[in-house]
Amino acid sequence: MKEKEQEEVFTISVLTENKSGLLNAITIIFTRRKMNIEALNVSETEIEGVSRFTIIIQSTFNRAEQVVKQINKLVEVLGSFLYREDEVYYQEIALFKMGTAAFLNNNTIERVVRNNGARILVIERDHIVIEKTGHRDEIRALRKKLEPFGLLEFVRSGRVAISKARRKTHEFLKELEQANYFTSENNYQ
Amino acid sequence: MNNMEKESTLTTMPAINDGARISGSEAVIRALINEGVDTVFGYPGGAIMPIYDEVFKFDEQISHVLTRHEQGAVHAAQGYSRASGKVGVCFATSGPGATNLVTGIADAQVDSTPLVCITGQVPSGLLGSSAFQEIDIIGISMPITKWNFQVTRAEEIPEAIARAFYVARSGRPGPVLIDITKDAQFGLLDFHYAPCQGIRSYKPVPDLDEFRVAEAASLINAAQQPLILAGHGILLSGAEKELLELAEKADIPVACTLLGLSVMPDDHPNYVGMLGMHGNYAPNKLTNECDVLIAIGMRFDDRVTGDLSQYARQAKVIHIEIDPSEIDKNVKADIPVLGDAREVLQALNEKIKPAAHAEWRARFRELEQVEFDKIIYHDTTPTEGQIKMGEVINLVSQQTKGEAVIVSDVGQHQMMTARYYKFNRPDSHITSGGLGTMGFALPAAFGAKLASPNRQVVAVVGDGGVQMTIQELATMVQYHVPVKIIVLNNNFLGMVRQWQQLFFEKRYASTEMVNPAFAEVAKGFGLESKRIAERAGLARAIADMLAWEGPYLLEVAVEKEENIFPMIPSGAAVTDMRLE
Repeated sequence: MKEKEQEEVFTISVLTENKSGLLNAITIIFTRRKMNIEALNVSETEIEGVSRFTIIIQSTFNRAEQVVKQINKLVEVLGSFLYREDEVYYQEIALFKMGTAAFLNNNTIERVVRNNGARILVIERDHIVIEKTGHRDEIRALRKKLEPFGLLEFVRSGRVAISKARRKTHEFLKELEQANYFTSENNYQ
Repeated sequence: MNNMEKESTLTTMPAINDGARISGSEAVIRALINEGVDTVFGYPGGAIMPIYDEVFKFDEQISHVLTRHEQGAVHAAQGYSRASGKVGVCFATSGPGATNLVTGIADAQVDSTPLVCITGQVPSGLLGSSAFQEIDIIGISMPITKWNFQVTRAEEIPEAIARAFYVARSGRPGPVLIDITKDAQFGLLDFHYAPCQGIRSYKPVPDLDEFRVAEAASLINAAQQPLILAGHGILLSGAEKELLELAEKADIPVACTLLGLSVMPDDHPNYVGMLGMHGNYAPNKLTNECDVLIAIGMRFDDRVTGDLSQYARQAKVIHIEIDPSEIDKNVKADIPVLGDAREVLQALNEKIKPAAHAEWRARFRELEQVEFDKIIYHDTTPTEGQIKMGEVINLVSQQTKGEAVIVSDVGQHQMMTARYYKFNRPDSHITSGGLGTMGFALPAAFGAKLASPNRQVVAVVGDGGVQMTIQELATMVQYHVPVKIIVLNNNFLGMVRQWQQLFFEKRYASTEMVNPAFAEVAKGFGLESKRIAERAGLARAIADMLAWEGPYLLEVAVEKEENIFPMIPSGAAVTDMRLE
């Protein structure tokens, strides 16, 4: 056992067969250890019938590694991978609903939107929806700037992430089918 | 268990695989026959009645055992599996039938026991509606099964059952639950059965890493004071012979975990006893003096390690393990060797050089003598006072020559059994280790006896645990299964009482029991029985029990407030093991 360890943010990427109930099977592994899932995203992959769970947690490396190994044990899980922050490209998306009135008075908001790499998604008679894609701190910063103008509603997605490692999902699957075995696709081991 | 003679009668029935159009429920039974199942434990009810109708039709190929509670069925299936190495199978209906399986399924998960549990479910159209006896057993059993699956269409049945058996028995074994809706049981399908050969997302046995094996070998070859910790994984993979070879060739002392007991004969010169909280003094103490710790098919449970921060810090650790998630979980492995224990040991033994560690082994004998003088002698051969648990086990051990299958429940008597029965044959010790399930022994012994009809099967159980599943005495009588049951009665929940005495200043909250007359109760169920309270007649009473041809219950009134020592207090280090 390692002595006191620092907590950090990890991205866990899980490739699975498409089977109902699997979300539950994965999340109870965290619940059991009383670990909080900070964000979760489930999506299709480039391979039909294969899903990808992207899970964000704050944890020590040891705990995160144990969880990843236990996820790997699930029969329908093809592979489960642990990434540090600098090992993935990732984005989140946020939507901000603002009253239209705020835009009528001056063009400050429009400037804020433009300067922060956001865009206006919808313009309706009584509200406008702004969309921002980026890292969490960028979204947070934009939110701070928009709040004085009357933020009606705010929502942010879980993270989607793609590893910097070169291997592609279908190559990984081919290896699984040939050897029925895998080694970790990332380089933490 | 591959290389062991098994006495259970394996059906060599031709596979039924004729492409006939049959019902889902018939497909269930035909699939089981294809998997070589000859015994099923269960309890019928509304949602599984179509399957039971097929049980009736196929009763020549599959014998169904009606237990008195679903918990009895699942524990019996566990006992059957642990004694035979085969997959245990049980049936239960939906709702309460399914939830009554939960404890046994969890027990099997923790103790790596292959089971296939089949539950009936309400018709698929009623799922999620709180219909009569509807419960989400898939959700409930998710954290305690290796795999589970709900079947809602008849045509899914053959593949689901084929997968169930494959997952249950491959790699690190475990329980699987298949939930089948009633409409799927009634539905029709064209039956074709193909055993599962593999699942692309599931790798049961990691590939052998020759490099790691070589690293482990050179560490062992250089070791001055090596110690082997032998676990359940050795029995599961049938690596007893390979373990002996390693121990003898490199002259390494071998200590067992609770579930590893019987992995090598008790009187083998390299065998040094059991690890853990109530294990033997020498292997616990010397864990913190060895230079190389070779852990095989075990998972460093907290009952084995005590305080991790003071556990074997001086040692290089080699961890041979089939389940990657056990590596570095509790104890950091210097050399992890993933793989099946037998396969790894075969490769390892080729690289091991003969060695002698007589001095090191003598250290164990010294401490063993200390334990013998202080504890073992008094536990096993007392001459005055009331009967002690240890002397009962000692007599059973002598009279069965260490050849019996011993099934114990949970508590003080379990530790006494583990400590004082001298096992001579592998796969002879069946107990609930990881989960510690009281009530396990009676039904598990029943299942074990069905799996090994030619071996003496003795259940050792406390007065608390026996009352949790006592209704299974009726099952033993109905099916004429000659299990020998010893109830060690101290009118206390002894282990909890001991902790209350040692750590809660003798505040005996709800541990004293006013018990029924067990021998009379057994008679009422139709068993032969006897109660004994005097030392003078004890040996004779045990002999009579063992010689009896049917099931037999022997109640032994034992010392009321006996404590079990040595003991590593909860959370203390292995070196803090107390002799008194």
